[in-house]
Amino acid sequence: MPKLTIDGQEVEVPPGSTVLQACEAAGREIPVFCYHPRLDIAGNCRMCLVEMEKSPKPIASCAMPAGDGMVIKTNTPLVHKARKGVLELLLINHPLDCPICDQGGECDLQDLTLFYGPDQSRFEENKRPVADKYLGPLISTHMTRCIHCTRCIRFIDQVAGVEELGAVHRGEHMEITTWIEKALSSELSGNIIDLCPVGALNSKPYEYRARTWELKKTESIDVLDAVGANIRVDSRGSEVMRVLPRLHEDINEEWLADKSRFSYDGLKRRRLDVPMVKSEGKLAPSDWRTAFSAIKDRLEGVDPGKIGFIVGDLVDAETMVMVRELAAAIGTPHVDCRQDGAKLDGKVRAEYLFNTTIAGIEQADAVLLVGTNPRWEAPLINARLRKRQLQGNFRVARIGAPFDLTYPVEDLGAGAQTLQELASGQHSFAEVLKSAKNPMVIVGAGAIARPDGAAIVALARELAVACNMVRDDWNGYNVLHTAASRVAGLDLGLVPGEGGRDVAGMLEGVAGGIEVLFLIGADEIDTSRLGDTFVVYQGHHGDVGAHAADVILPGAAYTEKNAIYVNTEGRPQRTKLAVFPPGEAKEDWKILRALSEVLGRVVQLNSLPEVRARLTALAPQLRAIDVIEPAAWGEFGRPGELGRAAFTSPVQDFYQTNPISRASAVMAECSELFVRGAAQGATGTHG
Amino acid sequence: MLHDKDRIFKNLYGEQSWGLEAARQRGDWDGTAELVAKGREWLVQQVKDSGLRGRGGAGFPTGLKWSFMPKQSDGPVYLVVNADESEPGTCKDREIMRNEPHKLVEGCLLAGVAMGCSAGYIYIRGEFVREAEVLEAAVREAYEAGLLGKNACGSGYDFELYVHRGAGAYICGEETGLIESLEGKKGQPRLKPPFPAMVGLYGRPTTVNNVESIAVVPTILRRGASWFAGLGREKNTGTKIFCISGHVNQPCTVEEEMGIPLKELIEKHCGGVRGGWNNLLAVIPGGSSVPLMPKSVCDTVRMDFDSLRDAGSGLGTAGVIVMDKSTDIVKAIARLSKFYMHESCGQCTPCREGTGWLWRMMERMAQGRARIEEIDLLFDVTKEIEGHTICALGDAAAWPVQGLIRHFRPEIERRIVEYTKNARAAA
Amino acid sequence: MSAPSKAEVRGEMAPDVSSFEFTPANLEEARAVLARFPADRRQSAVLPLLHMAQKQHGGWLPRAVLDYLAEFLGIPRIRVYEVASFYDMYNTEPVGRVQVRVCTTTPCWLCGSDDIVKAARDVLGCEIGQSTDDGRFFLREFECLGACSNAPVLWVDDDYYEDLDYEKTRTLLEAFKRGETPPAGPQSGRKGSMPIGGKTTLLETGE
Repeated sequence: MPKLTIDGQEVEVPPGSTVLQACEAAGREIPVFCYHPRLDIAGNCRMCLVEMEKSPKPIASCAMPAGDGMVIKTNTPLVHKARKGVLELLLINHPLDCPICDQGGECDLQDLTLFYGPDQSRFEENKRPVADKYLGPLISTHMTRCIHCTRCIRFIDQVAGVEELGAVHRGEHMEITTWIEKALSSELSGNIIDLCPVGALNSKPYEYRARTWELKKTESIDVLDAVGANIRVDSRGSEVMRVLPRLHEDINEEWLADKSRFSYDGLKRRRLDVPMVKSEGKLAPSDWRTAFSAIKDRLEGVDPGKIGFIVGDLVDAETMVMVRELAAAIGTPHVDCRQDGAKLDGKVRAEYLFNTTIAGIEQADAVLLVGTNPRWEAPLINARLRKRQLQGNFRVARIGAPFDLTYPVEDLGAGAQTLQELASGQHSFAEVLKSAKNPMVIVGAGAIARPDGAAIVALARELAVACNMVRDDWNGYNVLHTAASRVAGLDLGLVPGEGGRDVAGMLEGVAGGIEVLFLIGADEIDTSRLGDTFVVYQGHHGDVGAHAADVILPGAAYTEKNAIYVNTEGRPQRTKLAVFPPGEAKEDWKILRALSEVLGRVVQLNSLPEVRARLTALAPQLRAIDVIEPAAWGEFGRPGELGRAAFTSPVQDFYQTNPISRASAVMAECSELFVRGAAQGATGTHG
Repeated sequence: MLHDKDRIFKNLYGEQSWGLEAARQRGDWDGTAELVAKGREWLVQQVKDSGLRGRGGAGFPTGLKWSFMPKQSDGPVYLVVNADESEPGTCKDREIMRNEPHKLVEGCLLAGVAMGCSAGYIYIRGEFVREAEVLEAAVREAYEAGLLGKNACGSGYDFELYVHRGAGAYICGEETGLIESLEGKKGQPRLKPPFPAMVGLYGRPTTVNNVESIAVVPTILRRGASWFAGLGREKNTGTKIFCISGHVNQPCTVEEEMGIPLKELIEKHCGGVRGGWNNLLAVIPGGSSVPLMPKSVCDTVRMDFDSLRDAGSGLGTAGVIVMDKSTDIVKAIARLSKFYMHESCGQCTPCREGTGWLWRMMERMAQGRARIEEIDLLFDVTKEIEGHTICALGDAAAWPVQGLIRHFRPEIERRIVEYTKNARAAA
Repeated sequence: MSAPSKAEVRGEMAPDVSSFEFTPANLEEARAVLARFPADRRQSAVLPLLHMAQKQHGGWLPRAVLDYLAEFLGIPRIRVYEVASFYDMYNTEPVGRVQVRVCTTTPCWLCGSDDIVKAARDVLGCEIGQSTDDGRFFLREFECLGACSNAPVLWVDDDYYEDLDYEKTRTLLEAFKRGETPPAGPQSGRKGSMPIGGKTTLLETGE
């Protein structure tokens, strides 16, 4: 461990540290622009210059390896002069448009100038104007403000893994660009807005909409996939103004996928903000009392065995507790949280978790992807896989449809038969997994949500055992969910009880013996066969479920309630209310509580703490927020006949996977550009 | 004055053929296998003993640089020759490459052996189309004669040599910018450490040497380190190619002894300063990156690393730019400021932003369209650039301006006063 | 260099194109270039290949050419764009086929490069940075060409013309206009960079 003297104070830092890290360890703050701990070192801004004994010139502390015996000074006239000089030079061509710049108030250049910079400009020449660039519908550019730190280029290259951004020309004419006015084709692109230390890269949807200091900042959780990225919801009044990532080293680090960041305009569109009741074949606005009594009237005399509940992908754990309790009170076994028909019965928790954990990917040295496209199903997990891949000595193989995951992948085959070859040790990649220290298998929803899903799960389990993936110190068996509600749903046992119908069965409607169907935020279903079934839709968006409804009960979206979600790792986390639900809409557990009262099937849970107490009674593994209770290994899956169909990912359009993102105009534009456009072979490169 | 017998480059002016036959008659490729056979340590020691300092500008001892290369390596190790000669005032490597290419090619093999390199790349500036053609032909000749490649010269040593053309970027003369360019990227200098001897081309140990440094090696080895060390002065040994341009009667390139007095160099070889020595205004002695020297310094200064450093300038590339009293000295330096602005790679803040600011101020100073106190600002900006950049281009941009202010401040002030007076009169 | 008859084909600027590929000869040479580098370092060939492509396409590099090279080398397009825009010798806009560059850096400027620029403008009838109306010539300023002992210097296509003045430059460029290619090198009659009054060194050697 090298020992350095920083401003007279001795510090010891781990080998491989930089002088900058040593300075930070000594409690010295070193101003930086280009340096970012998660990106390669560029050393180009020169803001972090410090004095080093025996060096005639100041050194860039971000780039200098910490050496034993180094004597560093961070607080000398030389250092102050260097910082002031760098700031003066950065400012000479930087426009003084802070009053209209979106970065105002959270600008590194502003902040550092205040602390270290000159108090007035000595520059009397003309400032350099730079033409703005087109980077797509998400990112707006003001390139005259660019200070050429290249964080954006490095992120897009290294983390996002799509080499599309660069710096062309040279000297003072150097410009960051794609050169060809092409939208960045990365689902992580929005992160460069956060990385940009100035106002050169801004959020296009947020542009000129608010000043940062007038926003209420609410720390919450993203639910638009099953990763559980930590977010901050910035709101003003009743409106969500933007969504930003929040640091969580074990989940999203400090990144956020574009869908999670930019879908928020969908929270204002197609909202269900008033109860509705169908009369004479048309849904009409109503009130809670009328809506409830319409349900009560319809349920009168209906055999409990003809009532069903389908729970959707964005539903929180508390609401699912209420669903469970209400179904029990009514006495129906027809409850299912697996909209996609996943063949997971919820009996053995290890069967349906991402047991390795997201951070655990970094310990793996070989992985088999089975029927999953992590780039679109969980971009942040894909980013973690790429991060691991860049560290070297990591083999990735796939069974399923080829897709550019931004790192090299060996394609082994298309469907279940290849998995069988691996499980039985006939395939050569089985040897790779066996000889790996920490092998992983990731089974996607595309492999589980099909008729032979249980057999595939059984094969994957067999492979995991055969390749020594499950040990005391390692569990390499993983399921990658796409629904934020799924793990909690399975934890709470929201699967059909004795004699109960699953989603497919319930969707048969009257013909299948279901007279009344409750769709709790269920929109990823085919309602065409429901026929005369009386449908109650509870949720927040006018999407598939609401269109089939006879009664609509308006609920709260994830930004509008305090609720628990459990991510694909089995990690419970809490969203926080940032804005109130619109109009008459209510928090979902309360709706069900009130409904139970009206129906005379009272669920005696009268406050959120009571619901949560019931939640932890039912699923003790969810008692500690942000803690993953490791799941015990067990027997699961059901060997059986395998279908011949190739695995396909359930996500065919990354930008539109749920009612919120489908309501988002921004996501619609992305979908048009990147998904439909790409399918037509015209991503803008030819336009 | 150096005797012709002690001149290394007998065909400096291209009077004879550059080809292998003629080169052999000039003594090239004579007993190369025996030199190779003496082994790595001996080669490095000879070059160390000769006192040879890098001819590309920095003057770092060549033998010492070679000794930094790892003795053992688990993969390829590279020699890269910097033939990106682009420093204004410098045109010596061009003469070597077009007239004495075999000295360079043979030097590459010997340097390669001395450092355990399996391959060498000569990176020649893109503008030197014809020079590259000659050099490529010389390399081809050497391959055909069995002097390069497998079992080079029958020595048992395998060494590949390639010529690689640049495309017009001064910054590729910076050794790590050159390596980046050779890897097919923009020539943006790398952060150091790590130095190329540890992490160079393709991440492998690499030494980058100037053309002249390599081309003199075979002769040093044949005539002995002590012969070379006996020329010039202590720590400033050997011969040196000087290129003299600007206001002399007969601009030329000439090989002379290190440490020759500047005045002697100009009067003996260049027919003197235009209009006589007393018509001399200033000299930039080592390519545009070193500070100029007023006549008073030029009267006595010797042309070597240490003498010029002590005189507040530098030997640099030994590109001597002579300016007589007719010179608009502010404009001459302003043009250099434009050069550095144009050639800045744009990577780091002080150089990207500062070189343009310098040039714009210098243009105004050349007209006198400025305020007296702006001279201090100009100097201050050079200080904001100097020492704060990733590579030495920042320093190179700062020093000519600093030299101008140091020695010609009254001239800048005079113009400002005059311009202001004229502007008032016109108003 | 070319015979006068080649002048006709140099008539106009090479057009922008939507597709490009190397000629068989260039393709062969490109493979030879690649052989100089380790197999996994194909990007190293970018500069030489850009030179070849630019020459093949009449002096400039439309985007289709850059995309072709990216594909050929298996590297991201942006990396090729960056390189093409960084180096002075690559033209990413259409330019006249004969490239006339005047060195104007201090050593040449001291020796009268302003006159060379003037002569070039007078003869070609276009400004620095422009091509002639007939698309034959492209005139630009270049930074130090590294022939300072032979200043001032004009660089036409692949050749240096040295020791110039206004009249000599006029004569040269007029010859080019006629479709001739005058002999390159010093226009003062001296050999290389030896002193014009005769050698002061290497007196025992020589012609």
